[in-house]
Amino acid sequence: MSDTTTAPPAAKRNIAKTLELDTRLLGMIGAFVVVCLVFNVLTDGRFLTPRNIFNLTIQTVSVAIMATGMVFVIVTRHIDLSVGSVLATCSAVMAMTQTALLPNALGLELGHPLIPWIAIAVGILTGALIGAFHGWMIGYLAIPAFIVTLGGLLVWRNVAWYITSGQTIGPLDPTFMAFGGINGTLGTTTSWIIGFAATAAAIAGLWNARRAKVAHEQPVKPVWAETVLSALIATGILGFIAILNSYEVPERRLARMFEARGEVMPEGYTEAYGLPISVLLLIGIAVIMTIIAKRTRLGRYIFATGGNPDAAELSGINTRLLTVKIFTMVGVLCAISAVVASARLANHSNDIGTLDELRVIAAAVIGGTALSGGIGTIHGAILGALIMQSLQSGMAMVGVDAPFQNIVVGSVLVLAVLVDIIYRKRTGGK
Amino acid sequence: MATPLVEMTDMCISFGGVQAVDHVSIDLYPGEVVGLLGHNGAGKSTLIKMLSGAYKADSGEIRIAGERARIESPRDARRFNIETIYQTLALADNLDASANLFLGREIVTATGLLNDAKMESETRKIMARLNPNFQKLKEPVSALSGGQRQSVAIARAVYFNARILIMDEPTAALGVHETAMVAELIQELKNQGLGIFLISHDTHEMMELCDRVSVMKNGKLVGTERVEDVTEDDILSMIILGKNPKRAA
Ligand SMILES: Nc1ncnc2c1ncn2[C@@H]1O[C@H](COP(=O)(O)OP(=O)(O)OP(=O)(O)O)[C@@H](O)[C@H]1O
Ligand SMILES: [Mg+2]
Repeated sequence: MSDTTTAPPAAKRNIAKTLELDTRLLGMIGAFVVVCLVFNVLTDGRFLTPRNIFNLTIQTVSVAIMATGMVFVIVTRHIDLSVGSVLATCSAVMAMTQTALLPNALGLELGHPLIPWIAIAVGILTGALIGAFHGWMIGYLAIPAFIVTLGGLLVWRNVAWYITSGQTIGPLDPTFMAFGGINGTLGTTTSWIIGFAATAAAIAGLWNARRAKVAHEQPVKPVWAETVLSALIATGILGFIAILNSYEVPERRLARMFEARGEVMPEGYTEAYGLPISVLLLIGIAVIMTIIAKRTRLGRYIFATGGNPDAAELSGINTRLLTVKIFTMVGVLCAISAVVASARLANHSNDIGTLDELRVIAAAVIGGTALSGGIGTIHGAILGALIMQSLQSGMAMVGVDAPFQNIVVGSVLVLAVLVDIIYRKRTGGK
Repeated sequence: MATPLVEMTDMCISFGGVQAVDHVSIDLYPGEVVGLLGHNGAGKSTLIKMLSGAYKADSGEIRIAGERARIESPRDARRFNIETIYQTLALADNLDASANLFLGREIVTATGLLNDAKMESETRKIMARLNPNFQKLKEPVSALSGGQRQSVAIARAVYFNARILIMDEPTAALGVHETAMVAELIQELKNQGLGIFLISHDTHEMMELCDRVSVMKNGKLVGTERVEDVTEDDILSMIILGKNPKRAA
């Protein structure tokens, strides 16, 4: 009717706003940096060494992978208390598949190249089936997720026990163990290639989004803001790679590797670990989950259902089937985490994944996922997992007693939620 | 006359002992606005929710353009091009206007990903028609005023080429100017041949916008009259007394 394309007045806009950075994310990054710096001082600089950063990241992977799925669960106003136990069952299934089932029943000898892949496929299928079953009970039978997964917490922990007769199963297949962290790293050259490729992809994505907006005549950030953002992204990614690439493999370990190959290590030879495969896996999952959350119908429906389940239903969204899909995703992620966790420990043990449900929920919540539903981000949950792990390892390095560590982590969880509530009130209940 | 667009015959639904709609029959022709009036709790919203698929009728028959229609879910209703603006605006508060407008019917790119840029520009276009002052396209609808939220709900109902439009108190939260725009919109949609069920408590407004009005009381239909055949007082006494003065005379 009338022409109202005039832009709103460019009032006082601070830098964060111009860059369209999420202030909440900035706050979390700030908190993370503070945690790191404090521990670095308390440990006389041992916290921020390449070695410790490397360890921190590989210890975070398993919880972080599951936390990305927990975001969707909590966003739709559900909860999953069973992830640690489902992880254990998937891990048990995979361990038995590779050490007993395949070699004995199918006659594949140990070390056969197919073994790890079949085991992983079986594990992922197991996770998917368990998750779908949970989702069906929650969506179609309308049993509250809290109850279904509380039951699952007990059931799957003990199914795992039953499958393995309570024994530790190992050693696992060497290829399988490459997903654990230290036993599977990409070395400096490949790491740099991946780092540059990722930087290029991220920056290209940024500018493509800008072009799409311009094409549809939508407001865009000033060019300098995009440039600053691009520079920040590049620094972040390449800096991370540089750190991982400067963690050198200990001389003794290198010597052993050469020995195993029947060679002699040249004088003065050094090699760095570089990017662990498990971290690459986490990054891949984070990208996929973010795309699902932001760019697909599935993600849109997840957030819509979390915001207003009735509205979603009235808009023709099949919220029951949606619940099944979400819990299936979580099951698959638990299986992937099971690969990482058992590979890192080099065997399947009975207590694998114990208390992970709490770590995963805490990571999602510290990462800004609102328990009231409708709000949460994948990167936030991963950052949440990283903050939790930093606290835990930092305190261990400082020499805080184990009970105190848990007291602090528990308190931080409650405090984080309080800060979040205050933040949301201040910013208008977003 | 032509076949009715909608015929609801002998509709019944009860909620645990409460007979919310009790053997009610109404119909709607193309290019017609039928108003539903009645006290709070008379059963107006419940009646139209059986047409929009939000509730499943206990008994009764729905015909769309003469064909028997099974409407058991909102998805079914959408298949018959029935669009609804619910009294309790069915919006996802955490999403922005365009996400709400396209909820369940998103525009996707060739790769199957959401085409947010396109949806946003479409939203901009339709909102410019409905509420030119509407600027907050990027914000979650929880940050909007009641009237702005209502504009989003109306936009959603009219964007997708509805054939049958159900408006349950669409102007309840609107200012004078916006109400006038909705009246204009109703006129325009009516001229395009849509059939519209309109629910409102404003008898005066209903006399102006509707071709026929149906009055309900305690779940029962009191009567349906052409507006030119009755006075506003007749309607009021139908609502209050539950009797049709014209038929009684
Ligand atoms: N989901 C439900 N569960 C139980 N009772 C219901 C439900 N929906 C409606 N009712 C009852 O059915 C009756 C009719 O309600 P309805 O919402 O159709 O009234 P209405 O005519 O739209 O009133 P208003 O003008 O206040 O919107 C009321 O007595 C109400 O309490
Ligand atoms: Mg009503």
